[in-house]
Amino acid sequence: MNYLSIKPSRGFITLFYKEVLRFWKVAAQTVAAPVLTALLYLLIFSHVLASHVEVHGVPYTSFLVPGLVMMSVLQNAFANTSSSLIQSKVTGNLVFVLLPPISHIEFFSAYVLASVARGLLVGAGVLVVTTWFGGLSYAAPVWILVFAMMGGAVMGTLGLIAGIWAEKYDQLAAFQNFLILPLTFLSGVFYSIASLPPFWQHVSRWNPVFYMIDGFRHGFFGVSDISPWISLLVGLGCLLILSSITLSALKRGYKLRA
Amino acid sequence: MTAAIRVEQVYKRFGSVHALNGVDLTIQPGEFFGLLGPNGAGKTTLISALAGLSRHDSGRLTIMGFDVEADYRAARRQLGVVPQELVFDPFFSVRETLEIQAGYYGIDPSRQRRAWIDEILENLDLTSKADANMRTLSGGMKRRVLVAQALVHRPPVIVLDEPTAGVDVELRQTLWQFVRRLNEDGHTIVLTTHYLEEAESLCERIAMLKSGRVVALDTTRNLLSRFSSHTLRLRTASDKPAQLGMTQERITQEYATQERPSGWWTCAFAHFDEIEPMLARIRNAGCMIDELEIGKPDLEDVFVRVMQEQHHEQIRAT
Repeated sequence: MNYLSIKPSRGFITLFYKEVLRFWKVAAQTVAAPVLTALLYLLIFSHVLASHVEVHGVPYTSFLVPGLVMMSVLQNAFANTSSSLIQSKVTGNLVFVLLPPISHIEFFSAYVLASVARGLLVGAGVLVVTTWFGGLSYAAPVWILVFAMMGGAVMGTLGLIAGIWAEKYDQLAAFQNFLILPLTFLSGVFYSIASLPPFWQHVSRWNPVFYMIDGFRHGFFGVSDISPWISLLVGLGCLLILSSITLSALKRGYKLRA
Repeated sequence: MTAAIRVEQVYKRFGSVHALNGVDLTIQPGEFFGLLGPNGAGKTTLISALAGLSRHDSGRLTIMGFDVEADYRAARRQLGVVPQELVFDPFFSVRETLEIQAGYYGIDPSRQRRAWIDEILENLDLTSKADANMRTLSGGMKRRVLVAQALVHRPPVIVLDEPTAGVDVELRQTLWQFVRRLNEDGHTIVLTTHYLEEAESLCERIAMLKSGRVVALDTTRNLLSRFSSHTLRLRTASDKPAQLGMTQERITQEYATQERPSGWWTCAFAHFDEIEPMLARIRNAGCMIDELEIGKPDLEDVFVRVMQEQHHEQIRAT
């Protein structure tokens, strides 16, 4: 097989397009609202703490911006796949995606890429509206892009798992409230883990979201709690494990094909 | 000739329930085929297995010769399914819905694709609603869009799973006209419905399912003649009750008289040449006929008879 000749199928392209169009049609809710939420976080925290705190020699407001951007990327990537899938399952219109000749790999790739697209769009929005707070540098832009895309893909995949597993909206809400929210809030978005007691530092190192945010922040300031290479490895490991679980579930038709 | 649909010894269980219990079925290209059965008989499970919406436990299903599992991409391209539930994606307009569905089947955006979608919209009387959001459509209109979605990739085999449930008369007429035309153009149509008169008038062949098994499979004509018969219903003037009683008794002995509610009595007959001797007896008895009706064989009678027979067999078996 000539791998260079492989091109995405029309089915995959259409499913990706449909997923992007779906969130774009309600952009006020899926893009503008999370940008506003992140801006409010920044206004409140920077107002309270900016004059008191410096992290890694960086003013607190500047330190906070990349964390908020990455948190928005992660949360929205998760929300995109999970909400799209659960809505389609509950309303029954998932049948339109299950009937056509779309493979489990195409299904997976289209949903996850669309979630990355939404994550990046919201992240870019947060970055743009927080620019006037100033103090941001771009020490290693490649790391910024790599961690944003990888983080989006990890959370998009996790959202796909949640969407496949959940049968009702409240099950999905439980997944979001008891897993995603603690993982993102306790990952160093608002602080450096260096400021935590040793026990909580140790606990934080078991949180994969910490590595994504830390690596992403490294791209801005060139300093981080952990080497970005280690963070990259952890992130890719998570992506590999979650993707394998999801692809296996999709191939078997778990909770999708009776 | 490659069968449009071939089902070989297909089994599917949900827990202890045998949804499909060794189904064998072959549907030839171009047939208008009816799949009938009571609720829970296995019709939708069979359609789901064909469409890849559910996985069967054992057996083999092919569509136009393509195995639904081993060669699922080719098999699914051959099949268009109109689902039973009125489902839709509330984010999109009618045209977007159809464009997206065509893309799923690998059809590139082109002038031909747009022309075919326009043609479907026109045939299903949806042109004026092409840019309307799916949420704003009435139930009947949504049903039409479901049909359009099933046709968007020009499948040779079309399965309609109770397409007229809760649909008004006008839409039914439009829908059946369109489906008949598709069948005349060579499409294989598989229909499940609870409206037996629809199946009787449309389907050339019918399979009846009960408890996951095919309990009757034949042409509609054969089923009607095998399980049902014509009936002569008449009401006589009662001015000569003695003669009438004698006549009734003799006819009852000779023909399968079934019921006599409020002055009416009904005789079953197989051939039309049996009518004249019956009428002659009544005339000879000096009775006048007030009213007379001839009832045609009815698929509903066939359905009830087949299901009752199966019920009795199940009781005997247990």
